[in-house]
Amino acid sequence: MTQINRLTGGLIDHSKPLNFSFDGKSYQGYAGDTLASALLANGVRLMGRSFKYHRPRGPLTAGSEEPNAIVELRTGARQEPNTRATTAELFDELIATSQNRWPSLQFDAMAINDRFSNFLTAGFYYKTFMWPAAFWEKVYEPIIRKAAGLGSLSMQDDPDAYDKGFLHCDLLIIGAGPAGLASALTAGRAGANVILADEDYACGGRLNAETFTLDDTDASVWIAATLAELASLPNVRVMTRTTVIGAFDHGIYGAVERVSDHLAIPAPDKPRQILWRIYTKRTVLCAGAIERPIAFENNDRPGIMLASAIRSYANRWAATPAREVAIFTNNDDGHRTAADLTAKGVAISAIIDTRANAPGSTQVEVLAGAQVVNSLGRLGVKQLTVQLADGSMRHVHCEALGVSGGWNPNVHISSHQRGRPEWNTKIAAFIPGKNGPDGLSAAGAAMGVFSTAGALESGMNSTISALQDIGISTKPIKLPKAEDVPVNLQPFWHVKAGKGRAWLDQQNDVTVKDVKLAHRENFRAVEHLKRYTTLGMATDQGKTSNMGGLAIMAELAGKSIPEVGTTIFRPPYTPVAMGALGGRAVGKNFHPTRKTPSHKWAEEQGAVFVEVGNWLRAQWFPKAGETHWRQSVDREVIATRKSVGICDVTTLGKIDVQGADAATYLNRIYCNGFAKLAVGKTRYGLMLREDGIVMDDGTAARLAEGHFVVTTTTANAVSVYRHMEFCRQCLWPDLDVQLISTTESWAQYAVAGPNARKLLQKIVDPEFDISNEAFPFMGCGAITICGGLRARLFRISFSGELAFEIAVPTRYGDALMRRMMDAGKEFDVVPYGTEALGVMRIEKGHATGNELNGTATALNLGMGRMVSKAKDSIGSTLSERTGLNEPDALMQVGLKPVDPSEPVVAGSHLMNKTGDVNAKTDQGYITSAAYSPTLGSSIGLGFLKDGGNRKGEIIRAVNPLKNQEVLLEVVSMHFFDPEGERLRA
Amino acid sequence: MHFSGFKVIKEALMGHKGWGPQWRNPEPKPHYDIIIIGGGGHGLATAYYLAKEFGQKNIAVLEKGWIGGGNVGRNTTIIRSNYLLDGNEPFYEFSLKLWEGLEQDFNYNAMVSQRGILNLIHSDAQRDAFIRRGNAMILNGADAEYLTADQIRAENPFLNFDDARFPIKGGLAQRRGGTVRHDAVAWGYARGADQRGVDIIQNCEVTGLRIENGVCKGVETSRGFIGANKVGSCVAGSSSRIMAHANIRLPIESHVLQAFVSEGLKPVIPGVITFGAGHFYVSQSDKGGLVFGGDIDGYNTYAQRGNLPTVEDVCESGMAIMPMIGRARLLRMWGGVMDMSMDGSPIIDKTHIDGLYFNGGWCYGGFKATPASGWCYAHLLAKDEPHEVATAYRLDRFRRGYMIDEKGVGAQPNLH
Amino acid sequence: MIINHPILGPRDAAEFTYLGDVSLLNRPDWQAIDAAEQFYEYQYLRENPAGEHRELWYHEQGDRSWLVVTRNTLTHAISKVEMASDAARARGNGK
Repeated sequence: MTQINRLTGGLIDHSKPLNFSFDGKSYQGYAGDTLASALLANGVRLMGRSFKYHRPRGPLTAGSEEPNAIVELRTGARQEPNTRATTAELFDELIATSQNRWPSLQFDAMAINDRFSNFLTAGFYYKTFMWPAAFWEKVYEPIIRKAAGLGSLSMQDDPDAYDKGFLHCDLLIIGAGPAGLASALTAGRAGANVILADEDYACGGRLNAETFTLDDTDASVWIAATLAELASLPNVRVMTRTTVIGAFDHGIYGAVERVSDHLAIPAPDKPRQILWRIYTKRTVLCAGAIERPIAFENNDRPGIMLASAIRSYANRWAATPAREVAIFTNNDDGHRTAADLTAKGVAISAIIDTRANAPGSTQVEVLAGAQVVNSLGRLGVKQLTVQLADGSMRHVHCEALGVSGGWNPNVHISSHQRGRPEWNTKIAAFIPGKNGPDGLSAAGAAMGVFSTAGALESGMNSTISALQDIGISTKPIKLPKAEDVPVNLQPFWHVKAGKGRAWLDQQNDVTVKDVKLAHRENFRAVEHLKRYTTLGMATDQGKTSNMGGLAIMAELAGKSIPEVGTTIFRPPYTPVAMGALGGRAVGKNFHPTRKTPSHKWAEEQGAVFVEVGNWLRAQWFPKAGETHWRQSVDREVIATRKSVGICDVTTLGKIDVQGADAATYLNRIYCNGFAKLAVGKTRYGLMLREDGIVMDDGTAARLAEGHFVVTTTTANAVSVYRHMEFCRQCLWPDLDVQLISTTESWAQYAVAGPNARKLLQKIVDPEFDISNEAFPFMGCGAITICGGLRARLFRISFSGELAFEIAVPTRYGDALMRRMMDAGKEFDVVPYGTEALGVMRIEKGHATGNELNGTATALNLGMGRMVSKAKDSIGSTLSERTGLNEPDALMQVGLKPVDPSEPVVAGSHLMNKTGDVNAKTDQGYITSAAYSPTLGSSIGLGFLKDGGNRKGEIIRAVNPLKNQEVLLEVVSMHFFDPEGERLRA
Repeated sequence: MHFSGFKVIKEALMGHKGWGPQWRNPEPKPHYDIIIIGGGGHGLATAYYLAKEFGQKNIAVLEKGWIGGGNVGRNTTIIRSNYLLDGNEPFYEFSLKLWEGLEQDFNYNAMVSQRGILNLIHSDAQRDAFIRRGNAMILNGADAEYLTADQIRAENPFLNFDDARFPIKGGLAQRRGGTVRHDAVAWGYARGADQRGVDIIQNCEVTGLRIENGVCKGVETSRGFIGANKVGSCVAGSSSRIMAHANIRLPIESHVLQAFVSEGLKPVIPGVITFGAGHFYVSQSDKGGLVFGGDIDGYNTYAQRGNLPTVEDVCESGMAIMPMIGRARLLRMWGGVMDMSMDGSPIIDKTHIDGLYFNGGWCYGGFKATPASGWCYAHLLAKDEPHEVATAYRLDRFRRGYMIDEKGVGAQPNLH
Repeated sequence: MIINHPILGPRDAAEFTYLGDVSLLNRPDWQAIDAAEQFYEYQYLRENPAGEHRELWYHEQGDRSWLVVTRNTLTHAISKVEMASDAARARGNGK
């Protein structure tokens, strides 16, 4: 038998052996084991190394509060650092590796730090490593970083999937121990919608680790019957392997369900974990209590554990850290461990009880009024030095020590909304305070009620009152008869004898000496203590260590523990995989992808797409033989200007504005006038924010007396619509006007170029005259095409060509594109993408997002006169402030290189032709640039100080980021067809 | 007491009995020349520089709780000077230069680590804007470097280059940016100020301002009235509460910013990385934790805690750009109250009340500003005129139309 | 957080977009003699209270109603939710 420390019984399945390995060595455990219980059963106590001193460490606990036994679980892309061996469920072929040691766990070279511990006390690094100044980054820090950290990431993408889900209930019960089960039964029978969540894979909580009876039979019988009844109730959902991680506002709790962590790999189509958002009306916190250690010299050796943990391993997992165990306690509960171990055949060398009046035992030697003052054993405890009541010393042999300093109610979640716990003198511990999350009450050990009978009863009673609050009448249930032993404890935090180090935070290596040093250096506020010493900042967040530190600080400061205060537990309750919080939003699914109506057609043409917000738009359409994107773009521009091109502009925001007051409304939204726009006409509109800066631009087309279609830029479609609703609902609620976003409802194409009309005439139904006379520039109207399909036509132009935008219901968008391309064949029609669109708009000097950058005013854009002073419109008043109207204000200009072969680069800053180049001489910057095939050179748009008066001046564009400097001429921003003859043709 | 390697060795051999308090716990005096309200990073830095650089002798810092308990104790520790606008960049570059000599100046190792900061670029428009920014930085005397996607991949092969919804198209790096051990900044300034005679008074909450005939005469506190010739508010998220005592409404809203740290990991990330297509920025602490954050929750609050949707948003962005962190675990989340101003830039100015000064509006960028904020506020308090790099941070800029709006989102604090 | 929409009932706050203080309903008269000063105060100055705060939320991923929510900025407890259009009319905003 290799499992030398395997006991009989327990809740494991002795008939189902599982193979696993730790640090390359193979072992066997059983179904129901955790990695820690299986290793202990195999005689392995050493499972990790501490963070700073690299001291050998074994498990301290048997639960999620574990600071020491943390390992790298699994291999390859599934490698999972810092996994608690105490909660990792054993599965066949599990592979675990120890971490933060080199070359091996047994012989860790970094343990040299332990020898220098005198130099490495709390905060030592704040006082040194400052000379020479350059050495911090170059020498000291790299060494520290290499030594620091715990486990390693694989650096590969996580192969597993994670899901998110939403649940609603009347009552959320956190923890399925006796209090939680009693609560669930009470609420379930009352018909309330209940979620019972437990981080463990088995319900029962502490009952699983004890030998208690309920109604005079084994507790497991009652647990099984209770779970069976809960399973039969459709209104109750029991969620195991589910950790409630945090309490958020208004009864929203986060919970992580570990769906597949107990398996080698998730089943096909199953996620590894699910993040649940639970919306509940009331919550009962039944999270139990965590035993606390007592600090003494060298209390961190493998084998020195919480007494309750040793009891858990023996009773639940049929494993013991050793065949000979001693107990160090200040309360009666420690004696339970001795009794249970004795019953399992494990020898107890002694119970060392700090209390002079410790209860006696017929089976075991009890050393009353004694203290453990030191331990021996390099990789595991072998012997204790005990100071007896009379002051004499005695050696006690043991290979494990169970320490019990009392129990701390698990108040964690009750303080997530910054509620402060309250001190309870009877149990010398904090219990949840009254200012916890709304709707949350605590029961059982979490509330400081430590007996089983008390837990059952408080679970039931808090449930009755919680449900009463929300109008669900609930009857008491019959609870089983259970032990009701009172707490008998004499607070004892640390052994004062001994000069060596006594550990508080075992992972971060914070000792009693460090607390004393913090006190001496005036880091006395609890938060200072924590931050200076790192107490409670390890992966267990101080669940077993904070109280000890507080108690010692209180002692030093001559205050009571509650006067010293507490640090605040923050979510999550236990660490949560980033993957679970990310859910399905990985890779291409990070954001939804919006495709335009012509997307499929464009794909067929081999278009290159670009992300524009959540949209994918065709960027250009490469043709065979084109090897550089510029070739495609130049061709698209030239072909459009020569004959006709088509571009999908569906992504522009479209807002339908209807109502008797629609014109009045738009007149206030836009800084330029809209009240008198004729039906059948479109107008360019400039929209300001209330602070006078340009928000967006677009067009508004008046289709009928009380019906406008407003367009926005793609980027601002959402925010402009939000703003328009604000104005409508909040500023002028009685205007007769209604808004609806129709961006997704209409597919819209720009058809541009000298032959645009001819092309469209082939598909527009003949009863609609779209000649220049009947349908002039800026005309608009509802039409039909292709024999009766309803459509909208706008004669607007972004390219500067004779152009139309034609819109059809989205479902016809694909067909219209194909039809237009077909109809345009005779004109050599080309599709053009966003690049060609950009080139043509720069050639025309039209502003887009690069110019409408949130700091530009109408004045800056050369449109200052559009801001009507004759009416009230959003932003008009504040646009008049001095700072926005400086005499040398930036003005949009056109820029072209003196030498046509030189580039114009957006983001370059503008400087005078001669003189210094620095921030003080800055004259502006280039907002947009492109190569213009029409002009045969690069061109740009920019904001230049007093730009309106500098046409013809030669200036410099500097781009020190790329060591570029180019001479530019300031020109009109209307590079191409400045008189607009083409678009009126 | 001077800290040195020698002193550390000596104390190690002597059992660390020789260390004394790093700052005193004095009782408040009845009157000071200058009172700073707020014992956070900025307040302590102000006191330190007032004493060290501006010859002031009779100074108190009043802190309602424990020093360093505000945003200097709850941030993501990043320092940088990669600002766009001329109102900001000289100030932040001044700050970065102060960081570079800070530890030797105040004799405290705050672990200033110039590991570099990289802003990722995901669109052409973003590239144009970052080139403009990088050039503005260089023109203001700071360092900036444009990196291509290939260069970024060579330095950060773990970023999502293969499957990204918003591909990485380049990046703007500032190699002199980095991280600092944030708590140590507060402690270093506190110790340095204390050594120069500044009274740091903890657990002393300001409950009122005594203003007589338009002149501020001192402060009412939980420990009684304390007189002063000059009172400077320096309380970040609590700015509106303090200034309300003088009936001053500010161009500021208080919002919560959440931040996060993972369990300790062996070195993964070289410097600071900022995702440009979502709310996520990250660095790795010397202890190994990934320290990361995202956007503010977006609603007015003083609660120092946030909600789950923001947590998820930040982690989704993290997974999008660094899919190898899926199996790293988030260890702790916390929230700080941010003094979000109306243009996203701070205020260091006198008020219309004689003797009452204001420093605030740092949004979620106050940590990196700590040294310069302290220095410039000290300059203003000592000389009654703004420091040359802080001339734009005036209260009246909103009335006059001289906003300093880096993001270009206008007068809505939660968008900055 | 959960916002109890007057028409739609309780909805997750993540469906909403936040704007700010309800004082944004009080848009000044552009023809007032001190309109510039009034607009400056309207646009930039805030009470920013620690406690009850009436604030504007927009149900962006819902029915696109603007709401006035009364929420405590220290506890996040919501005591009242109104339609912003009602609140606007109540203070005299009309056409």
